[in-house]
Amino acid sequence: MIYLDNAATTLKKPESVIRAVTEAMGALGNVSRGVHGASLAAARVVYQAREAAARMFGCPGPERVAFTCNVTEALNVAIEGIFAPMLEKGEPVHLVSTDLEHNSVLRPLYRLEERGAALSFAAADEKGRISYEKLESLIGPDTRGIVCTHASNLTGNLLDLVKIGEIARRHGLCLIVDAAQTAGVFPIDMVKMGIDVLCFTGHKSLMGPQGTGGLCVGEEVTIRPLKVGGSGVHSYDRRQPDSLPEALEAGTVNAHGIAGLLAGFSWIEETGMEKIRKREMELAIGFYEGLRRIPGITVYGDWETLPRAPIVTVNLEQMDAGELADLLWTDYEIAVRAGAHCAPRMHRALGTDRSGAVRFSFSVFNTEEEAAAAVRALREIAGQR
Amino acid sequence: MNLKVRKNAVREKTWKLVVTFQNTAGALAMESFCMERQLPGRLIPVPRQISAGCGMAWCVAWEERELLGEALSRFAGQVQEQHRLWL
Repeated sequence: MIYLDNAATTLKKPESVIRAVTEAMGALGNVSRGVHGASLAAARVVYQAREAAARMFGCPGPERVAFTCNVTEALNVAIEGIFAPMLEKGEPVHLVSTDLEHNSVLRPLYRLEERGAALSFAAADEKGRISYEKLESLIGPDTRGIVCTHASNLTGNLLDLVKIGEIARRHGLCLIVDAAQTAGVFPIDMVKMGIDVLCFTGHKSLMGPQGTGGLCVGEEVTIRPLKVGGSGVHSYDRRQPDSLPEALEAGTVNAHGIAGLLAGFSWIEETGMEKIRKREMELAIGFYEGLRRIPGITVYGDWETLPRAPIVTVNLEQMDAGELADLLWTDYEIAVRAGAHCAPRMHRALGTDRSGAVRFSFSVFNTEEEAAAAVRALREIAGQR
Repeated sequence: MNLKVRKNAVREKTWKLVVTFQNTAGALAMESFCMERQLPGRLIPVPRQISAGCGMAWCVAWEERELLGEALSRFAGQVQEQHRLWL
């Protein structure tokens, strides 16, 4: 199999990650439930993972890293926990977002809209780009926050978080970032970029197992917990503890998965984020150069602006995206993702909301030979139509 | 299964300094700091004299408390309370 669906999840993981999960399953107790050796072993692993996340994302402290089961949960915690209390107090809430967003951002926003929030979206052009001036022009007196992705999961286009952070700071807004496609590959510094809440998933470029993710919470931010329950501390209190990270981690933390995530963080630190990014870009650009002249092919996104996430999304003229993905799988054993990619606004902006598109996404573990085989497959399919 | 059993099951009580924290991350940061520097003490369940809830605290023999000066200053923002307890 040639696996080119790394934007969905990285399939090939470092051996150290697999080993860490296996070892954790034979050794770790429950974090913060007791102070015996097995519980402490779990607590230490999870704490080290908080330290690693804080280091990688420029989070003000390890205690401000709360783990969730994925980035969707992290975004729900942040969006609901910051803005819903404002709505409940009768305050006007207007939020700004972009057309690049995944449903993990859009649906929590739409749910707030049903309860009275107003939403505005920075429109994307036919190449999936937004204007930062237009984004800023959407801000009004009731605007409370900006919620945006770091990179489109459909086109791979990056948003300029430095610019958006400056806009947010200039207007005193809370900035929540979805780093699903970039965490572990692109440098992110919450403090320097002015990010209030950074949401990440563990199972993509961070190389951890599925079921891991989290959010890094800036010092000025208060989030009402989405879930309440066991915390391991203050057991006689009727309310969830206020202090982080317990406030946002009701129930047993996925220590086995987080042990793997910690190994992922370590692997990235040892390998070098820049080296990983350069390698992924070489593969994606090589693939793009190989396929862009195939007759009938359309490649989406902005290929004039670098850096970008290693995602190449295409359509072949007069061929259904699902059919193309199926042919790639059945005839060539190439795994890609067809359909809407949970990014409805982005597809509408690209004009692919009816056709869908086929996404190829690379990881550092892919090879030039795999990218070349995918180009050959596309060329053969294009020639046979 | 071989279990290690204390011959003297009743532990002799002495005065201890017990430090509680705002959150478990603070307690683990303290442990990490002290282990790196081979400072005395260990994490224990928060004694009931302090709180009936759960949680972990840093415990050190009372006479060794001064060795923790740097650690306690470093984590001052995360330390909740310090107690002298007969444990």
